[in-house]
Amino acid sequence: MSKPKVGFYWCASCGGCEEAVVDLAEDILKVVEAVDIVFWPVALDFKRSDVEAMPDGSIAVIFINGAIRSTEQHEMVELLRKKAQVVIAFGSCAHLGGIPGLANVTNRKAIMEEAYSNVPSVTNAEKTVPLEKTEVPQGTLSLPGLWETVKTLDQVIKVDYYLPGCAPPTNLIQDALTAILTGKLPPAGSVLAPDIALCEECTRRDSRPEKPTLKEFKRPSEMIVDAEKCLLAQGLLCMGPVTRKGCGTPCVKGNMPCTGCLGPTSHVKDYGAKALSAMASIVDSNDEKQIAEILDRIVDPVGTFNRYSLPASLLHRRYQGAVDGGKQ
Amino acid sequence: MSDITKEPFEPRIVAFFCNWCTYTAADLAGTARMVYAPNIRVVRIMCSGRLDPQFILAALREGADGVLIGGCHPGDCHYQEGNYKALRRFTLFKRFLKTMGIEEERIRMEWIAASEGDKVQRVMNEMTEAIRRLGPLHLEPPNYQMVEEFAAHQQAAGLVQGGAR
Repeated sequence: MSKPKVGFYWCASCGGCEEAVVDLAEDILKVVEAVDIVFWPVALDFKRSDVEAMPDGSIAVIFINGAIRSTEQHEMVELLRKKAQVVIAFGSCAHLGGIPGLANVTNRKAIMEEAYSNVPSVTNAEKTVPLEKTEVPQGTLSLPGLWETVKTLDQVIKVDYYLPGCAPPTNLIQDALTAILTGKLPPAGSVLAPDIALCEECTRRDSRPEKPTLKEFKRPSEMIVDAEKCLLAQGLLCMGPVTRKGCGTPCVKGNMPCTGCLGPTSHVKDYGAKALSAMASIVDSNDEKQIAEILDRIVDPVGTFNRYSLPASLLHRRYQGAVDGGKQ
Repeated sequence: MSDITKEPFEPRIVAFFCNWCTYTAADLAGTARMVYAPNIRVVRIMCSGRLDPQFILAALREGADGVLIGGCHPGDCHYQEGNYKALRRFTLFKRFLKTMGIEEERIRMEWIAASEGDKVQRVMNEMTEAIRRLGPLHLEPPNYQMVEEFAAHQQAAGLVQGGAR
């Protein structure tokens, strides 16, 4: 029997997800033994024409990491969807939009201006910006177009499974690969991680108060963090209570609060709103002014609570109606 | 301007009223035959502390132009401190929505006691007028296919320049 064909592709991402695959270390040899890698641009030389030449449905599983924000990424994932039987959204960006998804608090025009004119290290008196088409004497040059809004993978193509995390923890990748190779995958649409909050597997769990309350939110850089005690109880914004478990809490073990990369459990629709709700409600004050003062320490609520999940949130992006003349 | 925008705009407002105070006040306003704007659809919840910010976002996503939250006055909560929890959440959530470009007037929280039927009337009228001035909320749909249709629709209505995608 021929080995199942597997591919990896990246879109708007940092490359950390590719690193996570390599982090399987020696175990990756077992993977290579069991499957044929037919497409992996970051590690092996494949071209788009190679994928186009494959029969439809010939790739057993394609792992796609990164959010979708350009015409090229859109075309590639549509092509890969056709060629693959199973599409796995790999990592926070493909799953929920991830860090690139925070671009949804602004827009294409502002991003172009910032990156090509306003950045202090850029000199661009002519205000040259990349264009999708540029006429030169030799002909027309083309570049992929940048979308106004960053999308999650499942807002663009049908996704069968999600492997969460920034980057996905190796144990979850291994479990997923085992499930694929033994044909024991859960129902389509599942997130391949346990459906319970991170606190459940936290080593500091026993020191978490029954009802945590906070007079002050702190940052890890402003304090000596107790290595044993619950981080939330120490005043750090730890997203453990609202985040899916499965990573083995490496951040918390390193005295850094959870930032929520594994995303919500299946019971939550909008991660950011739920996380905000959980954190705001533990403020230890009933006075309007004092509540506002305590909460002012959370300088950037959107970036804090939707760090990995803005495109997947109910609002998806900053509302532009008002700016662009939404008023009647 | 196309025909879509010629229709007079009637704001759609979803209100989440707590069972013990504000909902009872709305009932009182009704039985007292007070006249107020018919633009508000009331959802009864047991306590303003039950209001998950997800409900607000879901209402806006499903087509509401504004959301009104009503709870007991501070100190009067039937469950001791539910309205304080609501206040804490609302305080932070307002800043969240501001960053997300949602105008402040679209979301309003009011403490209305069971006897304050007249306050229900006043707040509902005020809010309807505030949102009428702001205009409808046109949230961009999530899927890219829908976004394209949406952009065409928006452009036809003269609302947004360029593609929304």
